Amino acid sequence: MLKVGSYQFSSRLFLGTGKYPDFDIQKQAVEKSGTEVLTFAVRRMNIYDPTLPNFLEKIDGNKYAFLPNTAGAKDAKEAVRIAKLAAASGRCDMIKVEVIGCNKTLLPDPIETLKATKELVAEGFTVLPYTSDDIVLARKLEEAGAHAIMPGASPIGSGQGIINPLHLSFIIEQANVPVIVDAGVGSPADAAYAMELGADGVLLNTAVSSAKKPVQMAEAMKYAVQAGRLGYKAGRIDKKRYATASSPEEGISIGS
Amino acid sequence: MAMKIIVNGDGLAVSEDIKHIKDLLDYLGVADKPLIVEHNQQILQKEAHEQSVLTEGDKIEIVHFVGGG
Repeated sequence: MLKVGSYQFSSRLFLGTGKYPDFDIQKQAVEKSGTEVLTFAVRRMNIYDPTLPNFLEKIDGNKYAFLPNTAGAKDAKEAVRIAKLAAASGRCDMIKVEVIGCNKTLLPDPIETLKATKELVAEGFTVLPYTSDDIVLARKLEEAGAHAIMPGASPIGSGQGIINPLHLSFIIEQANVPVIVDAGVGSPADAAYAMELGADGVLLNTAVSSAKKPVQMAEAMKYAVQAGRLGYKAGRIDKKRYATASSPEEGISIGS
Repeated sequence: MAMKIIVNGDGLAVSEDIKHIKDLLDYLGVADKPLIVEHNQQILQKEAHEQSVLTEGDKIEIVHFVGGG
């Protein structure tokens, strides 16, 4: 079981809800992924065309925990406002703090992220900050009361996978709260690798929503996260420079 | 007499029959949608929609959840 604040999840895969080809594919992908946590963004409603469909109307919202993000916030103040707006829905007290500090790389602003985390913890939210793979910042976020740490594997939506497994493993080793690898996952191998490093979960969006077949990819990610977790618990072998035979040396001269 | 308010950044003239936030949501056809309203920078809980009184020049933000990662 993955425990984040007072929440408990049996699936360790968190799924984003952006950029799917259509709602039907998205709905199937969400189901196939086995996820229990869906992320959302908070945006102005188009009041001139209220007939525009919303994904929330297509799913049984009660089956999922909502993890709204503060995407769009440029500082802590805006992040806190978005979090409070999300909470006023009455649907959730979890919040993914996302304060972008660089438009090109979409890397987070560490100072504003920490500030927002502190404020939202004080307000009683269950706070999951999206952060870079900085070890000191991860520790400070935890000290600020974050209920989970969500380091990026590589830039959001880049699909570059885990570019700094060493830093991620340092963060995982140090953390006393769950570490959920968020952003940059491109393939099932990346998701499995994150879990093998000891991550408690993976949050991804584009890797599924922009896959050639999102529904199949959602299922692949489900198994990848499970496989990685099992592999982590099983404990991988040490790497050796030379080969060691798997078949016994004894009785090798059959028929000669 | 029409009352001018600002909804999601745009000026909107509404009839004076629209007295409360709830009336505005009905008028816009969004009352049944999952949404959140901010009235002059004050975030409203759903129960407050019927009591929150609109006056000239009020700023209303109507937001909702959209797809995001």
